[in-house]
Amino acid sequence: MSTHTFKVNGQTVSVDVEDDVRLLWVLRDLLGIHGPKYGCGLDVCRACTSHINGRAFTPCSVPVSDIKPTDEVTTIEGLPATVGKPLHPMQEAWLSLDVPQCGYCQPGQIMAAVALVKEVQSKGRSITEADLDGIRNICRCGTYPRIREAIVAGEKDM
Amino acid sequence: MPLPDVPLPTPNPPPVVVPELKSSPRGMDRRRFLGYVLAAPTLVVAARLAVDTTQPQVAGAAIPSLPEPSDLFDLGDLQDLAASPTSGLISIMVNSNGTASFALPRAEVGQGITTSVGMLIAEEMDLPLSDVVVTLADARPELVFNQLTGGSNTTRSLYQPVRIAAATARARLLSTAAAKWGVPVSSLTTRNGVITSSTGKTATYGSLATASAASQPSSLSVELKPASEFTLIGTSQNRVDALASVTGTKVFAMDLEVPNALPTMVCRPPTINGTVRSVANLNAVKNMPGITDVVTISTGVAVRGATFGQCIDAVDALAVTWGPGTEDTQSDATVLAELKKAELPLLAPPLNLLASTVEGDFTFYFRSNSPLETNCAIADVRANRAEIWSSLKSPIIAQQTIAEKLGLPQSAVTVHVMTGGGSFGRHLFFDAASEAAEISQKLGKPVKLMWHRTDDFRHGRTHPMATSRIRASFAAGNVLTFEQRHTSVSTDFTHGFGEMISSQLAELPFGNLGYAETIFELTQNVPYNFGITSQLLNEVDMGFHTGSMRNIYSPDVCTALELIVDQIAKGMSMDPYKFRRQFLKDARSQAVLDKAAQVGDWGRNMPAGTAQGIAFHAEYKGVCAALVEIDCTPQTVNRVVAEACTGPRVTKVVFVVDVGLPVNPRGLEAQMLGGIMDGIAQTLTSSLHFANGIPLEGSWDNYFYTRQWNVPPEVNVIVMPPTTGQPGGAGEFGVAASMAAVACAYARATGTIPTSFPINHNGPLGFTPTPVIPPLPESPTDGLSNTF
Ligand code: FES
Ligand code: FES
Repeated sequence: MSTHTFKVNGQTVSVDVEDDVRLLWVLRDLLGIHGPKYGCGLDVCRACTSHINGRAFTPCSVPVSDIKPTDEVTTIEGLPATVGKPLHPMQEAWLSLDVPQCGYCQPGQIMAAVALVKEVQSKGRSITEADLDGIRNICRCGTYPRIREAIVAGEKDM
Repeated sequence: MPLPDVPLPTPNPPPVVVPELKSSPRGMDRRRFLGYVLAAPTLVVAARLAVDTTQPQVAGAAIPSLPEPSDLFDLGDLQDLAASPTSGLISIMVNSNGTASFALPRAEVGQGITTSVGMLIAEEMDLPLSDVVVTLADARPELVFNQLTGGSNTTRSLYQPVRIAAATARARLLSTAAAKWGVPVSSLTTRNGVITSSTGKTATYGSLATASAASQPSSLSVELKPASEFTLIGTSQNRVDALASVTGTKVFAMDLEVPNALPTMVCRPPTINGTVRSVANLNAVKNMPGITDVVTISTGVAVRGATFGQCIDAVDALAVTWGPGTEDTQSDATVLAELKKAELPLLAPPLNLLASTVEGDFTFYFRSNSPLETNCAIADVRANRAEIWSSLKSPIIAQQTIAEKLGLPQSAVTVHVMTGGGSFGRHLFFDAASEAAEISQKLGKPVKLMWHRTDDFRHGRTHPMATSRIRASFAAGNVLTFEQRHTSVSTDFTHGFGEMISSQLAELPFGNLGYAETIFELTQNVPYNFGITSQLLNEVDMGFHTGSMRNIYSPDVCTALELIVDQIAKGMSMDPYKFRRQFLKDARSQAVLDKAAQVGDWGRNMPAGTAQGIAFHAEYKGVCAALVEIDCTPQTVNRVVAEACTGPRVTKVVFVVDVGLPVNPRGLEAQMLGGIMDGIAQTLTSSLHFANGIPLEGSWDNYFYTRQWNVPPEVNVIVMPPTTGQPGGAGEFGVAASMAAVACAYARATGTIPTSFPINHNGPLGFTPTPVIPPLPESPTDGLSNTF
């Protein structure tokens, strides 16, 4: 057991836990941050998608010891603060298109969408159908068509 | 906010005379209903359920078929009937802050019922939707059959009683204001939670809530707002829980912090229903980092610890000797052979000199009904009481069964219904709740039990494998006979549906059928005038964990039927759309088909390897039609996505739905979108491969539910305006026609009629199965090399 210190949603946190415990469990079970969801623990469903230093990742597949003290982890709970607003434009787009059904996959979907838009914007282009086709996040409720629409709408305000 | 316990109204509550209501602006000639005002510190109103049925109109075409049982009386009617004697009290509380609270005796699992039921209350009370707070009720045993969420029946069964309760609240508030101001009720109007008098006096509902409270229960005769005055019902509203969903604050069972309820997982057997013979290293595993407890239970070996990650490691470290399961020698092929043996005979002669015959023989493999949230529950079992938190669609049966298992009186078991991360039939069962209760009792500690994804596929419930055989004959432009024999691994109905049906069997029109056959009769129909029709179910009872999956029989039955419809049309040299139009039984059915054909540009020229398909389905007092376009060209079929199933791609869907009365068209559209995604998956990609006693699938990269690369770029759902004035079902409704239309399009694009589903099931396995011992694949560690 060792102490792991890093930043989550702007706060510095320290947890005492074994090195190999994946970050998802540190967030959910030890820190009580429940936005990232468990859907597989296998880096497949992407329900746990969060950001590390602004890039999307799946905390279920990262041992906590891989997180450096300087790393900034952002979960859905911390997303609005990254733009200094009550809601991120992607969340606004999600609301206006009424995307969620059960909602379980949606934090991960939004975190993936934000990172995807940032990635294509950094390449100087906008979202294509092929980009949308490449999103791996599962939505078992089948909200996919509205997710596609919302990403295109949210992109405009990012 | 939960409602306080309120006393039940006495069987014959003293009537309260409110003469002013007779001259209310809602008019005198409408049907009046009885609502109740309950004794409580603030205004609490209630209503009972009622049964209503609508008769379909029969349009003239071809050789009319006799109305089938499900045309006249369907599963939803049976649910209504079973619920009516016990439906006592669905109650609404008016709070002093002006909000109205309603504890919904159903499970919200994504289908949007907290929003649509909130709309009913807001409409009838003249209250903003945002001032209606809908929570999920704990198990209420006195409700018996009226706390079961299934069969797409929620809106249907609650439409009237919820409005009656809401109207009672409004009427009571009006009479309080009238008494206070000494004016007749007829001089008052309500809007946005405010009562206004003709002289301009105003009072909020909140300010009248306590004054409207009753110390004695009483009844009140009310009438409902006519549809012509609806301002909310029938308008598109966003979900009331959407903000919580997009901010990650929506609370699911595993997000609850119940003191000392530590993460718990179960080491499960290598074949389904296998049992623990012995565990070699129980103490060693107990000493692993973070682990607090290890205990053998009826379904495996449970471990409890500080984090789920440590539980996964502990589960995999356990050295268990397993006894055999119940289906160790079974695989897809052996199950199929059992089904074939059980197929009931078709009666019409296969060769007929006077008529042409078409036949089809279809196989539908096992499909997992696992939602994204795996089976999970929190249990805190003490010596003389227990508390359970789980997403449960049949909480009363769960409470009864768990109480019995724990040796506690039912009243000592509190069951909290949590909002679910999807259901698709899974939450009709309470496998996790029951298991969590057993573990908590054995350990004497609270547990937060979660199933691993791999277990959720392998040991979780599955839609039963089935075959469907059809023989139809036609001559001289008419279809003479249509027979369908559906043969299925038995579906487990022990979650309340079974009990509900048994209790009503004597009332039903079909003699001595078992409950599976009864459900089949109540849900299946041939929507076309096909002369003499017969559809029969036979079941093979095996030891599988089965359940419904966004419907039970309809998607498979409809897909087989619609593929044969295309064959009959071809045999009669008719266009598939025009043929369906001519043989559909009524104008309402024809209207959705026409709309789909028109909006989807049916018959347009399509390049080689691509095609359109069209299908129709009627159920839940509604009708729908799907038109799809599919691309089966080699460059599409062979496109490569890592760790994924590609294959043919549906490129466009037009889905037209008429549910009678769409309460929330935007919510209805969402349910159809989900149904379409399921239909695509079931025809093209998603199934379980059962091999030597267990499914091979263990992750979403094995079980190929629709992913973005399978999603049609163009999806257009058209919600028809109200037709019957009564809301039909929605949650399961979109699957059947979508699945069938995709199959029909595939047949037309490739020239090959698919006979087993999904079409890729018998191809090379698209993944490498993970081992069954140790049971859980280890979580990856390279997450930081895959960021984007
Ligand atoms: S839980 Fe992390 S990818 Fe599924
Ligand atoms: S909204 Fe339910 S899984 Fe996506």
